[in-house]
Amino acid sequence: MARSDEEQLIQSLSADLAPVRRLPPPAYRALVWLAAVCVIAVGLAAGTDVAATVRRITAAPDLSLAVAGSALTAVLAAIAAFQLAVPDRRWTWALLPLPAAALWIGASGAGCLRSWLVPDTSVPSPGETEACLIFIFGLSVPLSILLLAMLRRGFSLQPKLAAAVAGLAAAAAAATLLNFVHPFDAAATDLAVHAIAVGGVILANELFGGRILAAKNSAKNSSSAT
Amino acid sequence: MAAAQAGDRASYALLLRDCILLVKTIAGRQGVPADRIDDVVQETLLTVHRARHTYDPHRSFTAWLTTIAQRRSIDALRSHWRRRKSEIDASLALEHHADPGPGPSDRIEARGRAAALGRAIATLPAGQREAVEQLALGEQTLAEAAASTGRSVGALKVNLHRALKTLRARLAGEG
Repeated sequence: MARSDEEQLIQSLSADLAPVRRLPPPAYRALVWLAAVCVIAVGLAAGTDVAATVRRITAAPDLSLAVAGSALTAVLAAIAAFQLAVPDRRWTWALLPLPAAALWIGASGAGCLRSWLVPDTSVPSPGETEACLIFIFGLSVPLSILLLAMLRRGFSLQPKLAAAVAGLAAAAAAATLLNFVHPFDAAATDLAVHAIAVGGVILANELFGGRILAAKNSAKNSSSAT
Repeated sequence: MAAAQAGDRASYALLLRDCILLVKTIAGRQGVPADRIDDVVQETLLTVHRARHTYDPHRSFTAWLTTIAQRRSIDALRSHWRRRKSEIDASLALEHHADPGPGPSDRIEARGRAAALGRAIATLPAGQREAVEQLALGEQTLAEAAASTGRSVGALKVNLHRALKTLRARLAGEG
């Protein structure tokens, strides 16, 4: 681009300039999304025996840790996804939810061990495991759509990574909310199904969400180039 | 940049002009070839424009711009490598590639064919020869040929048709 071309582009961009509404801080935007998750949680709690759910979770330390891990993963992954929707944030933000995810997976694994060693643990049947899979997928879809719609307001230079982290946030939130309707102790099959559901949601988000965010960026670039 | 977010065009143009040198330096440092640096500048300025609402005035503008320029440099490098991968360095093939233009033997052959055609035209009856010379070789229109020879358009058409038929038969017999 010769100097005259640079000047022409600058003139064209300056002429196209309109005042913009500044993007709110990523943590604030994450809070808005988490508030939507909380609304769903309240709706689910209204239809279930919350006291029984709390008793069941607090009775087993591994289950409490697993729930805390999945909830924390959802919060941290949402913050990371919104950070990654801002151009000057590094990819290392994607690592933020990983310790919480490790706690979630580790505690769930310990729960599996307990269900083998301790008698009278309540493990789900194959049909109930399938229902878990449907619940996680079913709830992850609207949560992912809402999250991606909010991420589109930003401008991610790493759209695939941002979308994958958003998928982790949605799946972790769905897995946390599953506890309201999932009166079982962890079992190996159950854990495997949860892992498949979460992995599937992350992959689908990376594939489709990444494309949506990337297409939006390139559409923005081409529209301003013309 | 905060002024640009509020819609101040003059400040914005000034800012973009100031960005160019930094973007070029970053692109050079990232290893972008010299002929692709202008593309990086263009892409970075476009991204700055479209992502300007994401800039937080409490943070460093240089850091914000640097990340965008680095990313666009990586994109330019990737596209450069992809292009180089699809191109084949075949200097040897170029040396051995036959020239599709006419060679010395083609020219001799063409000269021979022209001489044979000239001889065949010379043996045609006067009316037919005249039609060929005026219409085919002289590239005249039927009206022009009719005016210059004093023959009717219909007669010229018939003579040309007969002449071509005769020439085709004679040249085929020679070949």
